[in-house]
Amino acid sequence: MNETVAIKTKSYFLNHFEKLDFSHDEDFSLKKRDLAQTALKSLEFPTSKTEYWKYTRVNKIIKGDYTIAFPENEIDIDLAVPSANCIVLINGYFSEELSFFKAQEGVRFSSLSQAKKENTVLKTKFASIAKEDEIFSVINTAYHQDGAMLHVDKNVKAEAPFYIINLTDDANVMSNPRNFFFMEEGSEAQVVLKTINTKDGSSFTNMLSEIFVERNAKLEIDKVQNDGAEDYQIACEQVTQATDSVFRINTFTLGGGIVRNNLNIESHGQNTETWLNGLYPLRDKQHVDNHTFMLHREPNCESHELYKGILDDQSTGVFNGKVFVHREAQKTNAYQSNGNILLTDNATINSKPELEIYADDVKCSHGSTTGQLDDEALFYLRSRGLSRKSARAVLVNAFASDVIDQIGVEAVKEEIENYIEGLNF
Amino acid sequence: MIKIANLHASIDGNEILKGINLEVKAGEVHAIMGPNGSGKSTLASVLAGREEYEITEGKVTFMGEDLLDMEPEDRSRAGLFLAFQYPVEIPGVSNINFLKTAINEAREKKGLDPMKAKDFLKMVKEKSSLVELDGKLNNRSVNEGFSGGEKKRNEIFQMAMLEPKLSILDETDSGLDIDALRVVAEGVNKLKTKDNASIVITHYQRLLDHIIPDFVHVLSKGKIVKTGGKELALELEERGYDWVKEEAVTA
Repeated sequence: MNETVAIKTKSYFLNHFEKLDFSHDEDFSLKKRDLAQTALKSLEFPTSKTEYWKYTRVNKIIKGDYTIAFPENEIDIDLAVPSANCIVLINGYFSEELSFFKAQEGVRFSSLSQAKKENTVLKTKFASIAKEDEIFSVINTAYHQDGAMLHVDKNVKAEAPFYIINLTDDANVMSNPRNFFFMEEGSEAQVVLKTINTKDGSSFTNMLSEIFVERNAKLEIDKVQNDGAEDYQIACEQVTQATDSVFRINTFTLGGGIVRNNLNIESHGQNTETWLNGLYPLRDKQHVDNHTFMLHREPNCESHELYKGILDDQSTGVFNGKVFVHREAQKTNAYQSNGNILLTDNATINSKPELEIYADDVKCSHGSTTGQLDDEALFYLRSRGLSRKSARAVLVNAFASDVIDQIGVEAVKEEIENYIEGLNF
Repeated sequence: MIKIANLHASIDGNEILKGINLEVKAGEVHAIMGPNGSGKSTLASVLAGREEYEITEGKVTFMGEDLLDMEPEDRSRAGLFLAFQYPVEIPGVSNINFLKTAINEAREKKGLDPMKAKDFLKMVKEKSSLVELDGKLNNRSVNEGFSGGEKKRNEIFQMAMLEPKLSILDETDSGLDIDALRVVAEGVNKLKTKDNASIVITHYQRLLDHIIPDFVHVLSKGKIVKTGGKELALELEERGYDWVKEEAVTA
């Protein structure tokens, strides 16, 4: 892309936001929007030469023609949320009608716009860890519509999981949902983050979540991405962890045309535990790119990454995980594993686990495997009377099971298990 | 039950089976013996439906149907069972869950309801005691971390669960100590009825001390060169295979 074309593409994309009215927003947030809009002037969309985006082209995404609006038609959908807490965004806007929350002492769960009016932590920490040099994060800060805010007080254990559902209910919608989770010292919670698209067309969701896990707090996020075959999603979780905290995120990419997950985890305390897991059963021409960045700054911490792909048809998977161990971070125990099964000759996987280590007393390793279903095992199962289809399903299930076992929210576990069992090869 | 006529099979262009003729009737036990490389395991693989082999000539009729036309799973459902020489380890697949799937898929094909969980568990208990298979192994992944003897007992356990009409035991004695051999053989004997049959493939005579064959066939270079009663096995043990090969050449 030459420079003139690039400028045109950027201004074409940013034009989508021109008629948005943010006058109702709070001052602290408007300031962040202004700063982000200024930053955007000098930021460009990634090209094929951008290392960070080497395996995923954003051209299709940024050249799309999108609408940004709350749907005009009435929503008729049963989300069947198996929890007492749920925030629903439709096309990026908060839906009061579909959202509900069972009050619990010490737990604040609301739309981001509501929280901006009343939550002092949000006022001081909002847009404080989101990247200021990554164009999609900056776009989100500048033009986000709404999102969810979860704030759990000191030593409070949340009773039920918090569902956050991003529903796209029109064709060719762009939304920029923005979430903010703040786990105070010793608190515990589980969040289920879902994207669902009910309409055809090519929509684009650019989601950003800022996540703070304070001392000795525990947070699990189960992220279930279920967009349509022509949809695009870029989702970024920006996480900061304090001493003794545990953070776990399980990413399940079931649908979507092009999906890019950017997980940036910074551990700033000792004895932290981080679990990053993902499962991507892909078909047709799906393209899914999981990018993780794990920073260890302090000693005695551990991080575990387990990503698994099952790639059918002409789908493409990307795993690029980087563990960065700071000079001070002695006794770090970091492990990355990426396994893939290619079901056809036309499926592609790019797997790139990376370690960058500046401490000398650490235990870090990574592994990447790619293969087909084991023919011997298939024949063995078929010789016992399982059809070819069942035998394949049994082996795929077995392959996926250690990722699924990481899910703490029983309803999500069941959903993913059923999904994998129902896959048709 | 099974009739093999002039069966020729090759792999990667090399002909391994060069015209096998064999008929097994209900209630019979046939032993197939022969030196290494004679085609014993190939015969077992071809009958079970392993896809790497190319059938170049011949016909196999099983329970009145053309066996070679059937998928491996359909052969199993029709009542054919192969006890593998090298049972496959399948991490993450529970030993009894996959059997349950197998049994219920076979039942579904026959228009039967799935087996009740209670009945299935009762059957598992009964059949695993038949081969003295530790109940704990059933909840583990298929053959994963099993000892050699446990793997072979697991094969016979699966055979007991699937209740086949024709069992092919491919060198089930290999890698077994004498106690394990006895347990496996006793399991096979207990499963014997007048309505089913077995083909026991072995290199050594010792398994046939426990599983008494009605017929012994000697396979050499892809052909059955000699057929006799159970005493033939003893003679082979004593004299080796060379004399049979020579006899075949001169005949």
